[in-house]
Amino acid sequence: MGILEVKNVNKRFGGLQALGDVNLSVNERTVHAIIGPNGAGKSTLLNCLIGKLIPDTGSVMFDGQLVLGLKPYEINQMGISRVFQTPEIFGDLTVLENMMIPIFAKRDGSFRLHAFESTLNEGEIIDQAMVLLESLGMADKRTMQSASLSRGDKRRLEIGMCLAQEPRLLLLDEPTAGMARADTNNTIDLLKQIKDERDITITIIEHDMHVVFSLAERITVLAQGSPLVEDTPDNIKGHPKVREAYLGESA
Amino acid sequence: MLGLNKQDTSLFLIVVAMTVLAPFFLNPFPSESSLALFNAGYPDLMQRFVIFGIFAIGFNILFGLTGYLSFGHAAFLGVGSYAAVWIFKLFTYNVIPAIVFSVIVAGAFALFIGYISLRRSGIYFSILTLAFAQMSFALAYSVLSNPNFNLTNGETGLQVYGDDLQIFHRENLPDFPHLFGLSMRANYELEIGSWLFNFSAGYYICAIIMIAAFYLAVRIFRSPFGTMLRAVKSNQTRMYYTGLNARPYTLAAFVVSGMYAGLAGGLMAAVDPLAGAERMQWTASGEVVLMTILGGTGTLIGPILGAGFIKYFENIFSKINDTILHGWFAFLPEGLENLMVAIVHPFIGKGWHLTLGILFMLVIIFLPGGLVEGGQRILNLLRRRNGQKSDADKSAQSTPAE
Repeated sequence: MGILEVKNVNKRFGGLQALGDVNLSVNERTVHAIIGPNGAGKSTLLNCLIGKLIPDTGSVMFDGQLVLGLKPYEINQMGISRVFQTPEIFGDLTVLENMMIPIFAKRDGSFRLHAFESTLNEGEIIDQAMVLLESLGMADKRTMQSASLSRGDKRRLEIGMCLAQEPRLLLLDEPTAGMARADTNNTIDLLKQIKDERDITITIIEHDMHVVFSLAERITVLAQGSPLVEDTPDNIKGHPKVREAYLGESA
Repeated sequence: MLGLNKQDTSLFLIVVAMTVLAPFFLNPFPSESSLALFNAGYPDLMQRFVIFGIFAIGFNILFGLTGYLSFGHAAFLGVGSYAAVWIFKLFTYNVIPAIVFSVIVAGAFALFIGYISLRRSGIYFSILTLAFAQMSFALAYSVLSNPNFNLTNGETGLQVYGDDLQIFHRENLPDFPHLFGLSMRANYELEIGSWLFNFSAGYYICAIIMIAAFYLAVRIFRSPFGTMLRAVKSNQTRMYYTGLNARPYTLAAFVVSGMYAGLAGGLMAAVDPLAGAERMQWTASGEVVLMTILGGTGTLIGPILGAGFIKYFENIFSKINDTILHGWFAFLPEGLENLMVAIVHPFIGKGWHLTLGILFMLVIIFLPGGLVEGGQRILNLLRRRNGQKSDADKSAQSTPAE
């Protein structure tokens, strides 16, 4: 029984069957990659996991609990964090404030009316945020407005914000899309470090095979909305069905 | 001091000094001089400065922090006024219960309107609030004013009559809103040379309340709650996927700002015990939007400056008439004098809105951050002149929204 269990999930957009009978089981403390050609339904699947989309049929269980129909913030509070394809951070806020918000969310839940306390008196939260920024190598940027960070730093910050919540499952949607090689390698190193240091399960959607094969312990190949194969990276590399899905039948 | 950091404390002290000393510096011209026209230090106008200051401070908590642009805040102002006048009519002319009741009623009303309007964001939210405010206006203007059930007294406006109940009214108390016997109309005139300064009880009571309201706003801005509200404005997607529910945050901000508007409405009734439906009209809602933007959205002091700016021009420009203009241009040859008067004429008196519109456009185009940005630019310029470039760099790096 994995930490994440997807059973018979179907999702239709009009005439398009985006997901057809998807079954997926992610084991705890593994890095599980979901790959597949464009339009295979990877992002749709991810959106079904975090409550952005509701599948037409099927079920999604996280740690034995049904997440279907819950609001995104409720799913997040259960311990699932998501990193987006384009970094979603609080651009108008400083780097430190960005890092403090998820820590508040972890401490105070989805809403608390702490209108008469001073942020400056939240020493514990500031300390925790600083420790995380330190570990990301961004401590010196704490007073910068986060919108002015480089693409790579925005991604680091977003991953850091997700980690600040100490999630049990971290979902990454093409975390290195549109990045320069150096930034991509930095992100891979960061994710490896996270995997080694933390008690965390990572599910990653990725196009870049370099990233996938550097990180993944288990790979599911999705094609036309259905899982094609699931295996270890070594076995996936030479799998004929995978080649076919990516390169067409003639290859 | 008072749980504020150094920068905020000095800002707070500036606001305190500004409001306490307003009777002096708003009356810079001797009362007999031709420039006395530009004096703003009379009780009626000073009261309006601080009351609209409160209104704008509250509006800024919603608009400045969360970015939700409400076009219906005048509804809460009007509801606050009606609530206060009802307390005057039924119980007592003492302003404390009236103001407390105004805030409560406006808060409850804001909870209702906010709960529905906040289901949408952006332009749809603005339209919903506008619709609610116009419905409130229609209710106050006609529906809730019929012989069987007269809550608002329609066109005439709600006011206190001699045969009203006023259970707690006593003979020795003033027949006007008062604070434990001190009439809101009480005024002390101080004559120094050819200057005349007015110290009005009504003004100072309103000013103290505005200072308290400002202090509260600073605390909210600097609280974790304030950070969350800015997070709502910045990125709601990230907010939801960080385990935070933006709805109760925005609703809380909406209710708080509605209560500020109710407070302002209650004070308006306290200085002049009359509540009319026109106070709820969309133009009044638009005015507070202008005040906030003109002063500097999301800044602490901006809304107060914007409110003062607009109310000053409204009162001063609308007072200028052609006779005064002829006086100003009398030194010119007659033909030229008439021409100048004809050119300036559309911008004064009833045309003051035209002046305001032009000023608003100039500010938005050249100072998108409002008057506060103008002030900051001047400060930076002065600092650079003094060779303290490092200071300017430091302030540019520090957190925004001061």
